[in-house]
Amino acid sequence: MSSPSSSSASSSSTDLTRMTAADLATRIHSGEVSSVEVAQAHLDRIGAVDGDVHAFLHVSGESALSQAAAVDAARANGDTLGPLAGVPLALKDVLVQKGVPTTAGSKILEGWLPPYDATVTTKLIEAGIVILGKTNMDEFAMGSSTENSAYGPTRNPWDLDRIPGGSGGGSAAALAAFEAPLAIGTDTGGSIRQPASVTGTVGAKPTYGGVSRYGVIALASSLDQVGPCARTVLDTALLHEVIAGHDPRDSTSIPQPVPQVVAAVRRGQNEDLSGVRIGVVKQLHSDAYQSGVLSSFDQAVEKFTALGAEIVEVDCPHFEAALAAYYLILPSECSSNLARFDAMRYGLRVGDTGGASAEEVMMATRGAGFGPEVKRRIILGAYALSAGYYDAYYGSAQKVRTLIRQDFEKAYLAADVLISPASPVTAFPIGEKVNDPMAMYLNDLATIPGSLAGIPAMSVPSGLAADTGLPVGLQIMGPALGEEQMYRVAAAFEAAYVAEHGGVVADSAPALATAEVTR
Amino acid sequence: MSFDLDTVGLMDYDQAIETFDPVMGLEVHVELGTATKMFCACPTDFGGEPNTHVCPVCLALPGAMPAVNRLAVEYAIKIGLALNCEIAEWCRFARKNYFYPDMPKNFQTSQYDEPIAFNGYLDVDVDGEIVRIEIERAHMEEDTGKSLHVGGATGRIHGAEYSLLDYNRAGVPLVEIVTKPIIGTKAAAPAVARAYVGALRDLLLSLGVSDVRMDQGSLRCDVNLSLTPAGNPVFGTRTETKNVNSLRSVERAARYEVTRQAAILAAGGTIKQETRHFEEQSGTTRAGRSKETAEDYRYFPEPDLVPIAPAREWVEELRATLPELPWIRRARLQADWGFTDPEMRDLLAAGGIDLVAETVAAGATPAEAKSWWSAYLGQKANAAGQSLTELPITPVQVAEVVALVNSGALNAKLARQVIDGVLAGEGDPAAVVAARGLAVVSDDSALQQAVDDALAAAPDVADRIRSGKVQAVGAVVGAVMKATRGQADAARVRELVFTTLGVDPEA
Amino acid sequence: MSPSPPEDPAATGAPALTRADVAHLAYLTRLKLTDEELDTYVGQLSVILDSVAQVSQLATPDVVPTTHAVPLTNVYREDVVVPGLEHDAALAGAPAEQDGRFRVPQILGEGE
Repeated sequence: MSSPSSSSASSSSTDLTRMTAADLATRIHSGEVSSVEVAQAHLDRIGAVDGDVHAFLHVSGESALSQAAAVDAARANGDTLGPLAGVPLALKDVLVQKGVPTTAGSKILEGWLPPYDATVTTKLIEAGIVILGKTNMDEFAMGSSTENSAYGPTRNPWDLDRIPGGSGGGSAAALAAFEAPLAIGTDTGGSIRQPASVTGTVGAKPTYGGVSRYGVIALASSLDQVGPCARTVLDTALLHEVIAGHDPRDSTSIPQPVPQVVAAVRRGQNEDLSGVRIGVVKQLHSDAYQSGVLSSFDQAVEKFTALGAEIVEVDCPHFEAALAAYYLILPSECSSNLARFDAMRYGLRVGDTGGASAEEVMMATRGAGFGPEVKRRIILGAYALSAGYYDAYYGSAQKVRTLIRQDFEKAYLAADVLISPASPVTAFPIGEKVNDPMAMYLNDLATIPGSLAGIPAMSVPSGLAADTGLPVGLQIMGPALGEEQMYRVAAAFEAAYVAEHGGVVADSAPALATAEVTR
Repeated sequence: MSFDLDTVGLMDYDQAIETFDPVMGLEVHVELGTATKMFCACPTDFGGEPNTHVCPVCLALPGAMPAVNRLAVEYAIKIGLALNCEIAEWCRFARKNYFYPDMPKNFQTSQYDEPIAFNGYLDVDVDGEIVRIEIERAHMEEDTGKSLHVGGATGRIHGAEYSLLDYNRAGVPLVEIVTKPIIGTKAAAPAVARAYVGALRDLLLSLGVSDVRMDQGSLRCDVNLSLTPAGNPVFGTRTETKNVNSLRSVERAARYEVTRQAAILAAGGTIKQETRHFEEQSGTTRAGRSKETAEDYRYFPEPDLVPIAPAREWVEELRATLPELPWIRRARLQADWGFTDPEMRDLLAAGGIDLVAETVAAGATPAEAKSWWSAYLGQKANAAGQSLTELPITPVQVAEVVALVNSGALNAKLARQVIDGVLAGEGDPAAVVAARGLAVVSDDSALQQAVDDALAAAPDVADRIRSGKVQAVGAVVGAVMKATRGQADAARVRELVFTTLGVDPEA
Repeated sequence: MSPSPPEDPAATGAPALTRADVAHLAYLTRLKLTDEELDTYVGQLSVILDSVAQVSQLATPDVVPTTHAVPLTNVYREDVVVPGLEHDAALAGAPAEQDGRFRVPQILGEGE
């Protein structure tokens, strides 16, 4: 791990860490700053604030600097650089990176070094993106607060006593704490969008199959999707284009060209939204949502009207059952996906006393290596799939999924994109919901329907809640493969926000006390 | 109440069959002969160093994902077509969830209620009688790794026992072929089981989808068997006998289970539904370790794979490439050749069908070809402890010998000598004839001299022939053949004898 | 209580899960649980099951289940060997190793 630089460097470091990825790329490409300087600035920032935030589980200082040096050398050599070459990124610890500790937030994988790269990891490295380290998450991505990490919670940079959302709280907090300008998340029921919402950052879940899942430790295979996270819509789009695309190693990957989301963002920044129909989902606007969230959302609707969009209300009656279907499908798939963690080939092994059988060691290891939420969902999933219950639970949930897809299909006849709050509440205090699984599950109320339907959806900050002063996210959902219209609307909204407030929401995040770095 | 062999023993087979009707179900697992595994690009080669044919997918590393081998699907469809099955328009893989250390994911990716092929049959020749075995389904799945048990009382680590795992075989493509219950075969049940697995093996070999080596485990059979009181239509409780690794074992395992179950039922006991293991040495089955809890495999559609919907055009293309099925080809050849059933069966048993077919293709008549392969060459093979195909002679060479006989260049005795020469590695028939100087003496002047000499040496025989006792000619012919060391054409010699003596043998 | 179809175990009014059920499921999924954990899960899972039971009311026979959000079929890989992991890399993560194999505690029973 690299040691911190002198205080004279830290003022310029602060400047570099507050820039967008697009800015940084421009400056690196022009030679104004080196990629190494940018990486060092972010490593310094991590050293200064991550003791409080705990966004990272592992910081890859040396490899980040050597990756950055390689980009600088390539630039010096006159090589063509990718649009984000030299820009640092925080990688969610659920994606494998060869030789770098990967735990998915679980004790059961502590110390494991993957012998291969995820497809997304490979794409990032090939694009010259500098991987700073692995970010904290709820264990195996199960949670909405990052409190389920076996390695301790991540704290929300807006209020260190509050959760940063989950499961990708580490990636979102890294962005909000200016530890990285880019991050990778994964979203199964909202794990990109809800953390983005409560940290005032941007996060997009692509169409299911739009980004390869190969090398992404599976939670629920039919729902998991990797996506880009950043502080601005443009940065998110730039990263989206890097990681998207067909992968033959993921059989569920869509054989479609990468959506032109950067162009869509430029269009959104430069044009109004006249002719665009924006649907407000009736079922995602209720008293289940915090009043500050609803008022921020209502202001966003007004902003869209001002931008020339046509607002329509759409009715999606089956969304009421989305949470129920989700909490049957997800546990079912995860109970099977997590069976491979059995102490035989890799990872933790507990109770191997010499006399114990393989079965006893499996049970002891899984009992000790998994946290309470993981065990809860494995048992729930096994139940939903068991003989005699399959039809009532798993089978019925898959049918509800069909009904939800049909609701979306109908809605998209009336609207080009749909909007809702991304999260029903702003960041809540750490510890508030840890012992109440159902209360925790409600955090994904707005994001789950889109997950079940496999459509693209993203969270863009709509401002700060009047009641709590904390960030609120606006969810924008496109039809399947409709990333371009989704990003266009998001960019137009963000541009209007910036015009009004002089910057994106993340720019007003607290500065955070910087520790005397002793790592 | 449970029974074991110590208390009730076995029932005599014939007695068992008088009392009970066996009901069988046969499950055959065949490892496909693809180059790569079912869901990853690792090689399927048998016998590599442990854990050298593995990757993140077949080791079930976190994050790895399966990708279906197209050729394995093609082979599965071919198997289904050859078994007269319907091919699914749309089917999926499912996960069969259970924990076992040789199965890296702790679920097997298999097919559950949507097999790729279903509702077929295989007609099997059981001692000359055709028995139709109904096929329930043929589905795709993956093999497990292999475990090696080490230790115990003599183990190295304080007597601790442990296991060593090799995942080279994990993920090798399998097709499991499951029969419907086979009923009404009575005493023949074990023979039917053996004949079915044998016919299936021939079929799979002719399809080129597997090397079907039972000794290496690329064809494995589970024998499910239950007894029902004779004439009772209700099935009894079945046992599933695994580890049956040869055709002979299939028959022995079925037979043993009949006698074992019959003894228990006759003593008033009940059969426990269980997995049993066949013991090759003793020819017996033993109970596997019973599971503490009933398994519940919690099947559900594999979310990491998409459905398979084989285009009908593809299925028809594959159907068109199917080789003629072995038994259909045999029926056709038998009709062409005019052989009797016993002749055909003997030839099949000797492995001579293809040899005769190729000999006929090279110009011999079916009778000539069969005569050589099943008689003289059959004796030679027996004597050498070889199969016919292992003899160092080709069907073309046999056909050449036949042609030489038909042209009169060789007689039967010389022909055998030529065959001997070919078998001895002396080259083609023509080369053997030349080297050994085995051509029939066809020069009449040389023959006439020999005939004259023989008649002069036996004037009494000449007189008897002249007096009309034409059968006496044999002695003269024999003398001439002896004098020419067998290289004369006996028929021509006979003619010359009569001409010389002025006798018309037809008068 | 509204009448519910007999095939709907989620809506019988009876407790969704017993302690024995949870213990059995924990065994099936190879989770060693303490008594305390068992007690906690029986309660929590029952609450969750009550909340999710509504799916069976909507799942009428005419609805086709969705297993994949984006429908694809016939995705294949060609039968061409690609080198996998080096032997050392394959075994690098093993908790124990011997003779090039993964060494594990004794395996009882015969599997499938």
